[in-house]
Formats: sequence, structure tokens, C-alpha cells
Amino acid sequence: MNYNFHWKPVFNNLPGLLEAGMLTLQVAVLSMLLGICIGMALALIRLHVRGPLRWFATTWIEVARNTPALIQLFFFAFGLGALGLYLSPYTIVLAGLTFNNAGYLAENFRGGLQAIPETQIRAARSLGMTAPQAYLRIVIPQVLRIVYYPMTNQMVWAVLMSSLGMLVGFRELSGETQALASTTFRIFEYFSVTAVIYYVIVKIFLGAAHLIARRLFRY
Amino acid sequence: MITISGLHKYYGALHVLQGIDLSVEKGEVLSIIGSSGSGKSTLLYCINGLEPIQQGQVTVDGVDVHAKGTDINKLRQNMGMVFQQWNSFPHLTALENVALAPRIVRKKSRAEALDIAAKQLEHVGLADKLNVYPNALSGGQQQRLAIARALAMEPGYMLFDEATSALDPELVGEVLDTMRLLAEEGMTMICVTHEMSFARDVSDRVAYFHQGVMEEIGPPAQIFGDATSAHTRKFLANVR
Ligand SMILES: Nc1ncnc2c1ncn2[C@@H]1O[C@H](COP(=O)(O)OP(=O)(O)O)[C@@H](O)[C@H]1O
Ligand SMILES: [Mg+2]
Repeated sequence: MNYNFHWKPVFNNLPGLLEAGMLTLQVAVLSMLLGICIGMALALIRLHVRGPLRWFATTWIEVARNTPALIQLFFFAFGLGALGLYLSPYTIVLAGLTFNNAGYLAENFRGGLQAIPETQIRAARSLGMTAPQAYLRIVIPQVLRIVYYPMTNQMVWAVLMSSLGMLVGFRELSGETQALASTTFRIFEYFSVTAVIYYVIVKIFLGAAHLIARRLFRY
Repeated sequence: MITISGLHKYYGALHVLQGIDLSVEKGEVLSIIGSSGSGKSTLLYCINGLEPIQQGQVTVDGVDVHAKGTDINKLRQNMGMVFQQWNSFPHLTALENVALAPRIVRKKSRAEALDIAAKQLEHVGLADKLNVYPNALSGGQQQRLAIARALAMEPGYMLFDEATSALDPELVGEVLDTMRLLAEEGMTMICVTHEMSFARDVSDRVAYFHQGVMEEIGPPAQIFGDATSAHTRKFLANVR
């Protein structure tokens, strides 16, 4: 074992890595926000709508949950490219992660929606609330509590999954690491530091999620 | 005034309400009694449009509940409903439970809605529970919360669907007392109930339902003392 560790070049480039880390966090957060909205829509469609729209929602969920995330990403990169639609690496990763998040979250949301008794909606409607008001004010807040922990898991998954971005030329944390490492050949050192950065991002997020939950769910 | 005429309601092939004619005057308290499955809850749902009807008409202050152009949400604001299962909104405090509909349905300001809510909670004897979540309230308290929530919309009518049936016996009294209070204040009420003493003492009229038909209606003294229908007499003999 005579490999010499050289950490100095890595630490010199730490600001660049941290900046890429912020990009990772940004794309993960955005893809979660979009995924939550779309996932809720998919779940509601699956529960309440018949016809082609329901088929569309079911297909989305099935593909998102049962095919590799990498291939989903490749679809937005090369699949659409083959059709003449070229997206920026950022958009590809955002779209891929959103597609995946929405599919997984939809299933969680569906379970959550089914756990809210029909009588809650009746009570809300009897007060003169419209159906959308009843969903927005009564049903969805309760669902969000039920799915809160599955949702934080999905967010962690999104942060880690975004590393696939380096395979479509996106310079998020892994892509940036790869680029820097290949110029200095300190591959092991670079990816060790990057792993630590991922770990810290995830831990900070989970801590924040825990604190938010304590403030939000006091019942 | 609520007017029901020639009302028929089916659940699929099941003929649940078989031609109901009934009207309730402003300020009147009507109790509806009858065995389980006779269509009492369904009647209340048809009155405030939670269930569609197949034939006949229900009007509230002259407005046809089931007509196409009717703004049902507006109509429901004028009809509070209290269910057997109290259906508190678990994610909101007592105060928020009551203030929500005045805020988002009646479009009151936040301060005004909270003010109304606090008043109604005091009205039902929950002044000390404003900031408590429903899971910390007893069944009786939650049912009174549900009453306050309905009252906060300042309805002209209140519909009660077995408001005390799911409660432990020792909690029934506090809810009946609240309902009595409303009756004394002149609220127009339709109360589906199994509490015969309430039906006798508080109502102006009592209606007996049997298998989707209103077999008999009249003042409590007549129903409880001198019922003409054999079904009514049998039912009353069994519940007493
Ligand atoms: N949503 C529904 N779908 C089908 N049948 C129903 C439904 N609700 C009630 N029923 C049936 O309609 C009849 C009347 O029910 P209900 O109005 O709840 O009676 P009650 O309140 O007098 O006990 C019963 O036979 C009941 O099983
Ligand atoms: Mg009933």
C-alpha cells in the first residue's frame, strides 16, 4: 500500500465544491416542490378521475417507480434529444428528478388521502366549503402529516439521485467533483470529500425537517 | 321554512325515502325518531344537498335545494349540520376549527372570524378550550365544538343527526343541554334522535319514520301518549 494521499488540491477547491453542493441542493429542492404538486395531482386523478387521464397518471407512477432513475434521466437527455428536443443539463436533471419524485410521492399521497375519512369532507361541505376548499383546508393538511416522513425520505433520495446528473453533463456536486478530479488525478480524495458534503447536506436537511415537523404538527 | 314534498330517494335499487311530505316552520323544533335504517340520516342529507334526490322537491326559504342553478354552498351556510361522528378537524385548534368556515366561506377578516369563534365556543361552554386540539377533548366536548362550528356560520337552521348516539352515556347530558339551549333561543332545528326524553320535552313536533315512510307526525303528547300507528307504538314500547 504505497498510495500517497494528497488532500491539499481538494481543499484548495473546496469553495467550488461547496458551490456545486448548493446547486445539488437547489435542484433537489425544486424537484421536490414540483414533485409534491404533481404527485398530489396524480394521486387525486388516480382516486377520482376515469378515462385517459387516469391511465396517464397510472403509467407515470408505474414507470417512475419500476424503472432505474438513471434511465428516466436518459430519457429526458437522449430520448427527447432523438426527437429533436434538446434540454440544458440542468433542465434534464430537474425534469428527471421531478418525474421520479412525483411518481413515488403519488403513491404515498394516495395512501394518505385514503386514510382521511369521507366524513371529514362531509363536515367541511356542510359548512358551505366548496370541494376544492375542503381538500385544501381539511384533507391535504392532514395528508401532509401522514406522508411527512416518506416525503423527507424522498427528499434525501432526490439529493443522492441528483448525482446521476454527472452522466448527462450537469456540474452539480458529483459532476463538479468528477471534473476537478480528472484534472488532478486525486480521484479518491475528491470523492471522499464529496461524500462528506453529501452526508452533511442530508443531515442538515433531516435536522431541519425534524424541527419543522415539531412546529407544524402539534396535534 | 323548510318544505319537503313528494321526496323519493334511492341508493341504487334501494328505495330509501318513499314519498316524504313535511314542512318545518321558522323557530320550530322537530324531532325525528325511528329505528336504524329507516332513512332518517338520508333525509337530513337530502335537505342540505349532501345527497341527490330522484323525485320530489326540497325548498329552504323558497329556494329549491336540488335545482340545477342553486348555489348549494350558499344554501348550506344557512343550515348547520351536526353529525353522529363529531368530525372535528384534528389539525386545527378548537378556535381554528370554528373560525375556518367564517374566514374562507363567509370571507370575514381573520380577527372577526376569531372573534365569532371565541363567542360561539363560549356559547357552548368551551371558553376554556380555545387553543386546545380536538384530540385533547372528550367526545362530548368535541360534539359541542361541532355545534359551535356550525353556529359560527350564523345559520337559520340546524340539522342534528343523532348527535349523542356515539357518546359515552355520561357525556350525553352536556350535549343535550346545549341543544336545549339552542331550542330555547329560538333556533329552527331538525333533530334525528334516540333520546326520547329530549324529543318529548324539547320538540314542538315529533315524526316517526318507518322503512322510508313518515308514518306519523304530531305534537309530542300525541306521539308518545296516543300514537295511531301500530309501528310507532311498538317502536316506543321497545325504546322505553
Ligand atoms: N351511501 C349509501 N349507499 C347505499 N345505501 C345506503 C347509503 N347510506 C345509507 N344507505 C341505506 O339506506 C337506508 C337508510 O339509511 P339511513 O338514512 O342511514 O338510516 P337511519 O339514519 O334511519 O339509520 C339503510 O338501509 C342504509 O343501509
Ligand atoms: Mg342515521
